Amino acid sequence: MKRSTLVNILFLAPCVFAFIMNIIIPFGFGLYYSMTDWNGVKTSANFVGMRNFAGLFSSPDFIYSFLITIFYTAINIVLVNAVSFALSLIVTSKFRFRNFLRAGFFIPYLIGGIVLGYIWQFILNNAIVAIGNSLSIGFLKSSLLGKPNTVIWIMSLVNTWQYSGYIMLIYVAAIQGIPASLMEAAEVDGAGYFSRTFKILVPMMANAFTISLFLTLTTSFKQFDMNFTLTNGGPATRFMDTPIKASQLLAMNIFNTATANRMAEAQAKAVVLFVALVLVALFQVAYNKKKEVEL
Amino acid sequence: MSASNSFSASKLLKSLMIVLVMLIFAFFMVPFVMVVINSAKTSKEIIFNAIALPQSWGQLFTNIKLIFTNSTVDYIGAFWDSLVITFFSLLVIVVFSSMAAWVLVRNKTRWSALLFMAFVAAMVIPFQVLMYPLVRWMRVIGDSIGFKLLGTVPGIVFAYLGFGCPLSIFIFHGFIKNIPYELEESATIDGCSKSRTFFSIVFPLLKPIMVTVLILNGIWIWNDYLLPLLVLGSSGPVQTIPIAVTAFAGAYLKQWDLILTSTLIAMLPIIVLYLFAQRYIIKGMVEGAIK
Repeated sequence: MKRSTLVNILFLAPCVFAFIMNIIIPFGFGLYYSMTDWNGVKTSANFVGMRNFAGLFSSPDFIYSFLITIFYTAINIVLVNAVSFALSLIVTSKFRFRNFLRAGFFIPYLIGGIVLGYIWQFILNNAIVAIGNSLSIGFLKSSLLGKPNTVIWIMSLVNTWQYSGYIMLIYVAAIQGIPASLMEAAEVDGAGYFSRTFKILVPMMANAFTISLFLTLTTSFKQFDMNFTLTNGGPATRFMDTPIKASQLLAMNIFNTATANRMAEAQAKAVVLFVALVLVALFQVAYNKKKEVEL
Repeated sequence: MSASNSFSASKLLKSLMIVLVMLIFAFFMVPFVMVVINSAKTSKEIIFNAIALPQSWGQLFTNIKLIFTNSTVDYIGAFWDSLVITFFSLLVIVVFSSMAAWVLVRNKTRWSALLFMAFVAAMVIPFQVLMYPLVRWMRVIGDSIGFKLLGTVPGIVFAYLGFGCPLSIFIFHGFIKNIPYELEESATIDGCSKSRTFFSIVFPLLKPIMVTVLILNGIWIWNDYLLPLLVLGSSGPVQTIPIAVTAFAGAYLKQWDLILTSTLIAMLPIIVLYLFAQRYIIKGMVEGAIK
């Protein structure tokens, strides 16, 4: 073997080995276990075919988690991107404290989902209730996390608080990439602030919108940490005549199924999540290809 | 007359905008204020009034001491373990991913293209598909060859290398592609060995992109919950900060004085680091996101 080939193999070895051991092999097992009766208690697992998958789409608890995750993702895409875009306009304006504001808006992204879940749980269950009681505001007197109808919206609001500063940075980079002369020319020609923003800025930032959209989509779809410490799935509600947890997103549903030792079922749910994400990725690749052709 | 009217109208609009911006900023900052003021209260004080300023700021140090000396959760130990795990994971990710990315860029064979594709495609796989088989697989390795991966620092660092290297290789790959090959070629002609060419010529050139890789992985690893929970367990000898915080919240249900103080201590290091290295962090995050 040539010496340089040996060096190549040695250089690749650590990553390839860790990649195979931690991702490829568990992934293979993961697909297989989703078609077994693995329960985490006995050591063996017998092949059962597609039985686990067939059961999923008639189980109200899974259907609810799936639908609520799609709903949560949809409102996140709108809220996070609208807020981040507004923030990016603020921090690229001539506002005096723009750099200070930019630094501040980004801080929530540094706090992990676990920690910020507890912080917001405290704010929503204690601080806002205290304000509601002292000012006698009816709908604030009990926690907004305790109502099945509002809990997803509140989670989306917390998620917006966490992610907007990050997505804002992507928009800021896009805005700074637009030649200043273009905006000045439009201003000289008498275009107002809003028409400048929506007729020149937004179309020129199309790429940044695509990136942010898919980033928000995939992170919302996989949301776990904040869900776990903010609501832990609660409150209880009913769906298709079955008691279920109102804010149990897909990732948390998988976690709770596995905690109940129904490992194969959890694995099947995870495979469904995987397939959904693959579809999103394929759509993104196709979309980007199409756009490149247009350019 | 009309000119002065329009002037005051635009001035009014401007003041309104400033008020709006300040309100938005307040929404982003209020949670931190809530944590700080309530970390300086006793449990009773919080129940009595969660939004008032604390009676005495000295309580903050009493609460911090209560957490550091707590017998059920070894907070200082978790803090130290988090530091060690983050440090070594970042070290192996940066060194090994840059090595791999360099070989993948400079070898234009079918194999290297295929391998690169595999790394990129793997980024779509959600952790949920891998986590339970991974634990079972790690247990099998521990039982069969006696190398314990579960519950140990080397085990979780190895896992972070596996989960962190695809994105890191991708980022390094994009950067190395734009380094002129002539630089390495002249070194080789001068008799420099292949591995020395990498470590003394290419590696130093990677500094700017290394910051991006370090920050992206650093924020992820420091705050990560599920992987440490599964690999280290919620009550094993090695713990991390997020696990310690959940252990605290589980053990002292609704004792917000202790829970909030523990969250304050958990987020303090990363915020302090951010205040000092803000420019690099923001630049690194932007580059990581756009690629």
